[in-house]
Amino acid sequence: MKEKVRVAGGQGFWGDMLTAPIDQVRKGPIDYLMLDYLAEVTMSIMQKQRSRRPEAGYARDFISLMHEILPDCVENDIKVLSNAGGVNVEGCAVEIRKVAKELGLGGQVKIGMITGDDIMLRLDDFLNDGVEINNMDTGEPLSAIRDKVQSANVYLGAEPLVDALGRGAQILVGGRLTDTGLTLAPLMHEFGWTFDNWDQVATGTIAGHIIECGGQCSGGNCQYDWQTIPNLAEIGFPIIEAYPDGDFVVTKHENTGGRVNIQSVKEQLLYEMGDPHEYITPDVVADFTTINLAEDGENRVRVSGIKGKKNTEFYKVSISYSAGWKSVGTLVYSYPDAYEKAQAADKILRRRMKNLGLEFDLVLTEYVGVNSTHGHLSGEPPKDIPEVQLRIGVRGPNKDDVTRFTKEIAPLILTGPPAVTGFAGGRPKVEEIIAYFPALIPKNLIMTKVEILEA
Amino acid sequence: MKVELLKLAHARSGDKGDTANIGLIALKEDYYPILVREVTAEKVKEHFGKIVKGDVERFELPNLASLNFLLHESLGGGGTLSLMTDAQGKTFSTALLRMEVEISDQEAENIKTS
Repeated sequence: MKEKVRVAGGQGFWGDMLTAPIDQVRKGPIDYLMLDYLAEVTMSIMQKQRSRRPEAGYARDFISLMHEILPDCVENDIKVLSNAGGVNVEGCAVEIRKVAKELGLGGQVKIGMITGDDIMLRLDDFLNDGVEINNMDTGEPLSAIRDKVQSANVYLGAEPLVDALGRGAQILVGGRLTDTGLTLAPLMHEFGWTFDNWDQVATGTIAGHIIECGGQCSGGNCQYDWQTIPNLAEIGFPIIEAYPDGDFVVTKHENTGGRVNIQSVKEQLLYEMGDPHEYITPDVVADFTTINLAEDGENRVRVSGIKGKKNTEFYKVSISYSAGWKSVGTLVYSYPDAYEKAQAADKILRRRMKNLGLEFDLVLTEYVGVNSTHGHLSGEPPKDIPEVQLRIGVRGPNKDDVTRFTKEIAPLILTGPPAVTGFAGGRPKVEEIIAYFPALIPKNLIMTKVEILEA
Repeated sequence: MKVELLKLAHARSGDKGDTANIGLIALKEDYYPILVREVTAEKVKEHFGKIVKGDVERFELPNLASLNFLLHESLGGGGTLSLMTDAQGKTFSTALLRMEVEISDQEAENIKTS
């Protein structure tokens, strides 16, 4: 058994810093690299891409990254765990195999494919079999939105990843794998931890929670002493240095920017937190009120004492569905009377939309520079405020009305209050709204599959 | 006397659907009891006023000298449904730090000297 295992976080979302995972592999020693590519909205985007092109539907960024780092990974025996497979895990895996061969690494790379999360094609069977799938927030049944569903995926845990690692996989891809499982699996595999030792499973899960948002735990978006955080331009992404007894250290490579300290780790621990006593994943129910933090040298925080409870009998399902259309338009008004001008323009625009008979579920006006983040808590702006951005958004079920709205922004420049600019981007774009229907489904209905592809 | 929470805590916020969460962290462990006493769910609800349409829940994490708040129905529908600039509630953290809380003269003295 290894004395310690280093798991590096390389990507906090699809669109995160492209250089971060490369730096993780090259700027110091690591054993595992975990990459989270999926937000809720990502699955529906990928589903749409795949409906147009059957070979698409996964994070292409991951393939470019493999081109760059696969030789390093082979040379240094670094394993990569990722949910880049989106809604086409096999397509993604086949593409990685191609990359490996192109790089002359044929015969040296095993790719682990984890599937079974995509239940889009099984939804009607579930409904016909009387399986209850209800919105866990509102209680609404799936049948209410069935015809608008665009994707449906179960959040899978670490077990299939541990299986794939045990079968020698070096590059692991799946679809809707939980981000915490991508960190937990290597620890389970290396230390021989078992899925009924809930404290250990909770420990690996919380380690995952800490690094799953990339730089957000190593100095990025950190409020504590933010002005003194060094060299964010070259921020080092976080690394978990884990030990078999269950303690781990959060750190980053030497000679990188950013900062890991108790405060930066606390901020990340509380990010997107619900009830801290019950942080529920497919693997465990972790208790955040048991976490002990201690400084362990520069840019090192030791985490210990974590407790967990038995996991639940359900998987969470994320179902995305089409829920209408929206658009947001902006214009900038300057001194003098910048705020008054923006308010006058808003009134004129609303009157014109009414005259046109446009109907929306919601029209929202915000004034950037005045109230777009803290609302009324910001108080009244100064009389001589130098500039204000009018930001007006609409949403509704009727695409034509939303499209018509986008044609009413530019005319305000020559037909509304004076000294206005900021329209160079042209008409605002019309976007389809993808809403979410979170539900639970009994675990025994889901069959996960692990396959190994030899490059 | 009254003091802005900014002097006692740092914070991070995020979203889960139409619910914003705010993790409020004492700048020093000694300040945690003040947060527990002063920053109640009721006061947070009152502070945010019309921004939060649902309930406010509070959870205590003494091990991290932190409180976690859930602000329900506060993100204009949440996710892609929301038209708000801050649909993900990223700036709710600093909005909470604007809140003023009551501290004793002794506590004020401790804050000044620490």
